[in-house]
Amino acid sequence: MANYTLQALYEDDDHLMKAVKETRSGNHHIEEVYTPFPVHGLDKAAGLKPTRMAITSFMYGVLGLGVAIWMMNFMMIDDWPRNIGGKPSFSYIQNMPAFVPIMFELTVFFAAHLMVITFYMRSKIWPFKKAENPDPRTTDDHFLMEVSAEKNNVQSVAEFLHATGAKEVTLKQS
Amino acid sequence: MYKMSNKLRLSAIIFMVVGVIGIAYGFLNAPSSKADAKEILEHKAAHGDSHAEEGNTHQVSEDNAHGSEHADEAHGDEHLEHAYHQMQNRPWSAVMVPMLFFFLIAVGALVFYAIQNVSQAGWSPVLFRVMQGISNYMLPGAILIYLFLILSSLHLNHLFVWMDPETVAHDEVIQEKTPYLNIPFFLIRSAVILLAWVGFRKILVSNSVKQDDELNLSLYKKNIKLSIAFLVTFIVTEAVVSWDWIMSIDTHWYSTLFPWFVFASMFVSAITTIALVTVYLKSKGYLEQVNDSHIHDLAKFMFAFSIFWTYLWFSQFMLIWYANMPEEVVYFVSRLENYKLMFFGIVAINFVGPLLILMNSDFKRINWLVVLTGILILVGHYFNFFLLIMPGTVGESWAIGIPEIGSVLFFLGLFIWFVFKGISKLSLVPKHSPFLKESQHYHY
Repeated sequence: MANYTLQALYEDDDHLMKAVKETRSGNHHIEEVYTPFPVHGLDKAAGLKPTRMAITSFMYGVLGLGVAIWMMNFMMIDDWPRNIGGKPSFSYIQNMPAFVPIMFELTVFFAAHLMVITFYMRSKIWPFKKAENPDPRTTDDHFLMEVSAEKNNVQSVAEFLHATGAKEVTLKQS
Repeated sequence: MYKMSNKLRLSAIIFMVVGVIGIAYGFLNAPSSKADAKEILEHKAAHGDSHAEEGNTHQVSEDNAHGSEHADEAHGDEHLEHAYHQMQNRPWSAVMVPMLFFFLIAVGALVFYAIQNVSQAGWSPVLFRVMQGISNYMLPGAILIYLFLILSSLHLNHLFVWMDPETVAHDEVIQEKTPYLNIPFFLIRSAVILLAWVGFRKILVSNSVKQDDELNLSLYKKNIKLSIAFLVTFIVTEAVVSWDWIMSIDTHWYSTLFPWFVFASMFVSAITTIALVTVYLKSKGYLEQVNDSHIHDLAKFMFAFSIFWTYLWFSQFMLIWYANMPEEVVYFVSRLENYKLMFFGIVAINFVGPLLILMNSDFKRINWLVVLTGILILVGHYFNFFLLIMPGTVGESWAIGIPEIGSVLFFLGLFIWFVFKGISKLSLVPKHSPFLKESQHYHY
């Protein structure tokens, strides 16, 4: 079955928000929304699940803390416990204050960088990636909502989208 | 308008009465002569108290090294004298810790209010009356503190070593500091600072109350300017206060970031108190315009300033631990020797607790979790003040007993009394505050 996608173009984020809400309550499926800037509350209006990025970040932070503790315990205490300026290197806890700056930085480092990489992977962004832009105007001052439709109701969905205040509605067949 | 409930009024009175009894018990039970102190020490030793025994064995070994009967006697006397002063100091320090703690919470609430004014925050105007109400404790708190300082300078206690002319006569380090640390100058400084703080509070709140009746932006502008003046004054005087009231107890020791450390402790406690009072009033149905987002913001501040406090705690500890210079490190040696559990326990309570509980964005909106963390933070910071003062005044003779609990209860009762009296004098919505509308619709 061929898929039909209707692209409705809006000039204003207020119109877009209203249209998203109406489309959802009209039981049409929103494929994707393209905006030039973050529209506050759009994710809730479109019914997206909250992100779990913060949770991954926390786990990466714990990992970083673990790496820092393991690394310094191995290097400074287990492998070659030298007397450096009288600092007690008999056990990790005795010399811990000196390790805290590194423990802190590695926690932040792991939490930040691994979270960013996770974000890139989850949102499929990388250098030389071909831009998936349906209409270059959406990077400047227009808003675009893609709604899927069946062959037999394309016309009615298009009319519905016009009624929500769309400036243009175009049909994209894939 | 808020009206203090009878239950709250009664519990405040009960706290105060029980507290007074506890404080009185502490003073009556303190040894009044060296003979009494000796008896207490011997009594403790007979019960196998580790402190006393440790002291005794330490004494013996040192005397053996000297190898003289005479030194033994002299040292025993010295030890007794030392322990006697510590025991005498105990009820005084027990009063001092919560007295400073609750007073600085009230001041911190006013500082927070001034910051909200200056930064023209859009979220907080619905909470202004809570902050102003909490700062109502400043006047009675300041009077009590000043009385306490006068009593100390009349040599009724030995909290501040530098106030004792006999000690100073034998102590070159303190002698060098007498241009700053002398009783008249000390009392003048404290009086000026307390008057300035209480004065700023009075003008700021009365301007804010006047604004309720008239649609006049000039009062609002005046309050912004006053808040700026207050914040500038505060940050300077707060440093002086930390040196005078707290750091001068350990007269031989000094630290540069100490005032910041005290500030962090009082500020996080103040924000926590604002959150607790807000949640309480809201649960009674008084602050209907306060929503979860306001609580969320307060919880974020609690979270952030807990971490800020830890940062300063660690910075002070680690720098001194790392360099390990004898004249600085004694401060932490005395704490680690006699207060080890408390010393590291407050880091767990004030850092790890809020860190793990308040990290989750959803948890910051759950009122009972905010209250639980808030109580944790307040208890933790009481012990932080305990650790600032006690090791320098009572040393190893510390305990958490009737005098300590009694004085906490007394000041808690007094605090509740004046805070909620203060709130009941004000209408809970600051009408005509320019950012009130935004605050009422605040949503995070």
